[in-house]
Amino acid sequence: MDLISDLANLVNSTLVFTTALIFGAMGGLFSERSGVFNIGIEGMMTGGAFAAAIATWYAEKAGYGAASPWLGLAAGIVCGIMISLLLAVAAVTLKANQAVVGVVINILAAAITLYLVKIIFNGAGDTDVLSDVYSKWAIPWLSDIPFFGKALFNTYPTTYMAYVLVPLCSYLLFKTPFGLRLRSVGEHPGASDTVGINVTKYRYIGVLISGLLAGMGGAAITLTTTGNFSHSTVSGQGFIALAAMIFGRWSPWGVFGATFFFGMAQALRNFVKLYDWSKDIPMEFLYMFPYVLTLLVLAGAVGKSVKGPAAAGEPYDPSKR
Amino acid sequence: MEQPVPVVELKGITKRFPGIVANDSINLQLRKGEIHALLGENGAGKSTLMSILFGLYQPDEGEIYVNGKRETIDGPGKAIKLGIGMVHQHFKLVHNFTVAENIVLGIEPRKGLSINYKQANGRVAELSEQYGLMVDPKALIQDITVGMQQRVEILKTLYRGAEILIFDEPTAVLTVQEIHELMQILRNLAAEGKSIILITHKLKEIMEVSDRVTVIRRGKVIDTLVTSETSESELAEKMVGRRVSFQLDQEKRAPGPALLQVRQLTVKGHDKGRNVLNDVSFEIRAGEIFGLAGVDGNGQHELVEALTGLRPIDGGSVLLGDIDMTRKSVRERMRAGIAQIPEDRQKHGLVLDFKVSENMVLTTYKDTRFGRGGFIDDKAVDEHSARLVQEFDVRTAGIHVPMRSLSGGNQQKAIIARELSRNPQLLIAVQPTRGLDIGAIEFVHERLLQAKNEGKAILLISYELDELYKMSDRIAVIFDGQIMGELDSEQVDDEKLGLMMAGNRLQEKGGGAA
Ligand SMILES: Nc1ncnc2c1ncn2[C@@H]1O[C@H](COP(=O)(O)OP(=O)(O)OP(=O)(O)O)[C@@H](O)[C@H]1O
Ligand SMILES: [Mg+2]
Repeated sequence: MDLISDLANLVNSTLVFTTALIFGAMGGLFSERSGVFNIGIEGMMTGGAFAAAIATWYAEKAGYGAASPWLGLAAGIVCGIMISLLLAVAAVTLKANQAVVGVVINILAAAITLYLVKIIFNGAGDTDVLSDVYSKWAIPWLSDIPFFGKALFNTYPTTYMAYVLVPLCSYLLFKTPFGLRLRSVGEHPGASDTVGINVTKYRYIGVLISGLLAGMGGAAITLTTTGNFSHSTVSGQGFIALAAMIFGRWSPWGVFGATFFFGMAQALRNFVKLYDWSKDIPMEFLYMFPYVLTLLVLAGAVGKSVKGPAAAGEPYDPSKR
Repeated sequence: MEQPVPVVELKGITKRFPGIVANDSINLQLRKGEIHALLGENGAGKSTLMSILFGLYQPDEGEIYVNGKRETIDGPGKAIKLGIGMVHQHFKLVHNFTVAENIVLGIEPRKGLSINYKQANGRVAELSEQYGLMVDPKALIQDITVGMQQRVEILKTLYRGAEILIFDEPTAVLTVQEIHELMQILRNLAAEGKSIILITHKLKEIMEVSDRVTVIRRGKVIDTLVTSETSESELAEKMVGRRVSFQLDQEKRAPGPALLQVRQLTVKGHDKGRNVLNDVSFEIRAGEIFGLAGVDGNGQHELVEALTGLRPIDGGSVLLGDIDMTRKSVRERMRAGIAQIPEDRQKHGLVLDFKVSENMVLTTYKDTRFGRGGFIDDKAVDEHSARLVQEFDVRTAGIHVPMRSLSGGNQQKAIIARELSRNPQLLIAVQPTRGLDIGAIEFVHERLLQAKNEGKAILLISYELDELYKMSDRIAVIFDGQIMGELDSEQVDDEKLGLMMAGNRLQEKGGGAA
């Protein structure tokens, strides 16, 4: 194996790991840009991963074959949206503390999904391994380009979606009236309100998009990397996604860069295993790597006074002046 | 004589808040093309009334007619549809958006699915041309001056086709020059047929620009007068309900020993490059008011922060009496007798979501009279607050309501009450009467003089020259972080100050620092 081909493989698997993070981080981005902290991304991803596994499993049994993962993906999206509805109602309508609601969502999602898995799979801690998950698509012509073909254009459908997602979000947020209004609601809801923008509506939209994307992110993990669902399927990737969102300074392209960085950290641990010299490194260290990196990056980034949307975290109260 | 239909008519508007009737069956007519001033004490209910007209609050009773038609204004969206626009006391602008983005927000011009930025910028430029409101459509709000931000607010209403414009204390945040420009803008707008409601505490402005004026006291309309047929003193009397003296008896006494000595004070900017204060020296004696004039942003904030301990000092020293304060903490300085009326009351002076009573002891809660052993004695705090509220005439529904519910002027009075009641040695007062009604201004000025006569040293920083003339024993001018010179209040005139404020050092001998 030559180095170029090794590198192409590394980039390829980095992008696969990055996919879930992009969806999660972009979800967090929409919520926070509309002014609602979403610590619950982890929980929403967990819900998405779970729903995808279950739906795909039933679809397989019902004989849907290659269509199964698509049904799984749809289920993940629906589940993500449903969980985010919880956040929207509690944080926007009922003006509850957003951090607390987020934590509750995380705990709830972890517990309920595991409970349901145990019921459905007769006490087992994880679902059966799915057979009809996504497989990699090689794009004609493009996948023949040296290096790039192998790195970028021979991958899962969810990763292709992530490619499209980044410019799409950037366009939506920064070029359209919808994006302008959504951001204004997250920066200064009083300003939006006084020009006739419905703050509640835009915050709901922000939070629900967040659930949609986080659900997709969770589903992507189940349907590409793990192939089943257990308590450790998501294992903190929602939090890493949030870290990436902060590190990427709440902008889609920044988030892309940050998720790539964290995705690379995950890919590296599999990558180094291919080499003989890695035998001396304890596995634990390799698995720790992405999380340690998250910590370091956040400590560094937060030190430099990164500022998110100005009104994030505060329920809007029009009588406040 | 038959009157044309008024563009806005308010009939019997009543609005109650817990414990207070903010508007008490108010009647008001706004005619087409007029500038109608609204005058009233702090807490009289002016902002509340305008918030009702703009749909932010719903009246408990009463009717609103717009162009003769009865309307229910259930939100700002409806108000905008009816052609009503409002420039708020605290601006409603998104700081990291551009001027044009703020203006078009909500009704963006489109090209396909995208915002048509070219058209947006063009439309803004066009409007600003038409009404003489110069702005740069592509500048970020956070980068432009307060005066510019206000123009953006005006343009926002015009872009929405407002025919009726409400201004809530628009001049409170402006410099003298900007106020001048605003008056011209108001006249232009009225000439274009816009009808304007102007809330202001400054009688001069009312006399200068308005056609009629309605006086409100404690939620009730006292009278509506034609401006040309009234006078400042009549207005003041109607508003406060008693005669107001514009003159203070300044007794000139021999000041005592130097209480505050600032020596060669140097402070570096946050980027550590430029000095924001450069070799500043002055002293204030006991029983003296030392006025500091200067255009906003020439080092006043940094000076105050350096004196109160919020910002480290890079060179020179600050002495209070004989004690060196240069390296002392904020609390030590407060303990030693430095008190402050900060410029931004909402940010640095108050915790808006705390009760009034809690805010009243923010700087003194550690005193033994307010509690022992780590516990606060609520009863002592309540008694103290109730006394201050009474003594300083802070209009509030009670001492247990959140500070946020007080009107702007009453928040300011609360800070002044708290700081003066600490019996400080040195009082740093930054714009102490900003947003206050004339009755309250008179009161605050009297209290400052009283404090001075009790032998306190007062540093008065103000952008209003009239206030400085009236109050100060000596006036210095700060420009670009340096003191340009210092004059006795008798030697002062507009021209000398103007020159120094523009960066010229005082020429004469004997006027400089001792
Ligand atoms: N949201 C609110 N909740 C409770 N009380 C309020 C609220 N808004 C206003 N008030 C009270 O209503 C009264 C009128 O307030 P308003 O802000 O209209 O006064 P104002 O005339 O604008 O005074 P200023 O000149 O100081 O701005 C005040 O006593 C205030 O405390
Ligand atoms: Mg007001």
